[in-house]
Amino acid sequence: MGLDRRAFPGAPKDLEVHHLDIRKRKVEEIFRRGDVKALIHMAIIHDPRLPQREHHSFNVLGTKAVLEFAARHGVRKVVVLSSASVYGPQPGNDNFLGEDSPLLGSQRFPEIRDLVEVDMYAQQYMWRHPEVETAILRPVHVVGPTVRNAPASYLRLPRPWTLAGFDPMVQLIHQEDVARAVALALKSGVRGVYNVVGPGELPLSAALRELGRTPVPVPHLIARPLLDKLFQYRLAGFPSAELDHLQFLCTVDGSRAERELGFRPAYTLRQTIRSVMGEEPPRVQVQG
Amino acid sequence: MSTALVRYDRDRPRGLFGRLRGAMERWTLAQGGPDLEARLARLVAPQNEYGVDPFGLELDFTRAAIAPVLWLYRNYFRVQTHGIGHVPTGRAMLVSNHSGQLPLDAAMIALSLLVEAEPPRVARAMVEKWAPTLPFVAPFFARIGQVVGTPENCRRLLAAGETIMVFPEGVRGLNKTWDKRYQLQDFGSGFMRIALETQTPIVPVGVIGAEEQAPAFFDFKAAAKLLGFPALPITLTGIPLPLPVKYHLWFGEPLRFPGGGDDDDVELERKVREVKGRIQALVAEGLTQRRGIF
Repeated sequence: MGLDRRAFPGAPKDLEVHHLDIRKRKVEEIFRRGDVKALIHMAIIHDPRLPQREHHSFNVLGTKAVLEFAARHGVRKVVVLSSASVYGPQPGNDNFLGEDSPLLGSQRFPEIRDLVEVDMYAQQYMWRHPEVETAILRPVHVVGPTVRNAPASYLRLPRPWTLAGFDPMVQLIHQEDVARAVALALKSGVRGVYNVVGPGELPLSAALRELGRTPVPVPHLIARPLLDKLFQYRLAGFPSAELDHLQFLCTVDGSRAERELGFRPAYTLRQTIRSVMGEEPPRVQVQG
Repeated sequence: MSTALVRYDRDRPRGLFGRLRGAMERWTLAQGGPDLEARLARLVAPQNEYGVDPFGLELDFTRAAIAPVLWLYRNYFRVQTHGIGHVPTGRAMLVSNHSGQLPLDAAMIALSLLVEAEPPRVARAMVEKWAPTLPFVAPFFARIGQVVGTPENCRRLLAAGETIMVFPEGVRGLNKTWDKRYQLQDFGSGFMRIALETQTPIVPVGVIGAEEQAPAFFDFKAAAKLLGFPALPITLTGIPLPLPVKYHLWFGEPLRFPGGGDDDDVELERKVREVKGRIQALVAEGLTQRRGIF
């Protein structure tokens, strides 16, 4: 069963799709029918063009609403798809952040505060509702042929900005590998917070070279104000908060998911990077 | 649509940067002869298809980048090592005095492990959290295997059997003024807790020479604060260009401390003092044995 306020063209035939805003009471009706066994919560938006209030309301209130419905109507499994960006790129970061590292993502940029809040709320929910088996997944930058988030869009730019003199290690994961991780998290007995890491890490410059891009190095001191202005006048698709990912490390340790979920990415590093260009190697079977 | 992987290709360097890199690598090999080439070939790092290890160390890049450092090592500082055989083959933590305004002492210790120790290895210095904020320095450090000194990074590298360099004086030692030369400043104790936790042998290292390479008479603290620097020492030359002092690296016998990482602070401090004492003794011995500063 799918629940989305947007249309889902090309949805599989066996999927029952409801066009609803998850904050609406009507959503509870679906849970009340009593046949919901597991909830996969992926309705966390990160669209810098949306007004702050709408962003916050949809993410935080939406998460609260849908998780409460799940608890109230006997759903036994909840999987929340958070993101490794909640740790935030920082100069003093460990090279491989563990799941119990502090979530500093919003320290410098309040714009992504609600993503951290959603993750924290889900953690709180995990302890408040021991009867619901809750798993929180924090995948690294998700890319893929149909993904249109900030990292994937950035990698599609023919002349992407980089920050002059910075070249952090980055981690990417293919959308289908994330789907496999979600499927593994649905297994009974899985409970907790898991970083989900793709096939390794590489310098940002190497990823851009792989895609044949021509990076435009911009001094970091002028990049932020410049990008803010460009974003304001709709000449750039990214707010300056994203620049931190081009400057500092936000790479995580995925060994817990590997150990406890048995998760290993099926796509290689090269396939994962190139997937943003719409190249699709043979589909991998989803195991669940 | 399809772009072949463009990596630095030793046989066909591209562009200005590629040619520079090729020239640097040839310079490295020219200085060392066939023995150095064999040593460099023995370096192992778990590289992926993009030539980097998980921490960002790129051996190809390192081979080129060490050329000027190797020149300093052989011709400028004329580094002489004493007791380098004390460095164990497995994981180890090298703890040393730190001085000289620029961390060339770290570079010289690292290079000694590459060109003289058995087996040759790329040592990892635990660098200040300030380094990743510096343009060009940040990626340069990462590619040559230097890692931000968080406890977690240190544990992970030791677990992988790597050799770590720790400077417990940090910038207190690096940027000290002339009147404090060869006096060890306050030691942090974080390294000791990790050594105990991971049962890692500590090799005390006394560096002679670096303390005199860039005499500073005054630390301009107010300006440092304004610029966001940890310190701003004023040296004779303005910028801390090193003098051609003679370096001696004294490696002590490895210290193995019993117990786990949950010592109380008093016990921990006692062990830290023991390491500090050994380094001070190595420094004292080095000073009596040397014939001159240059």
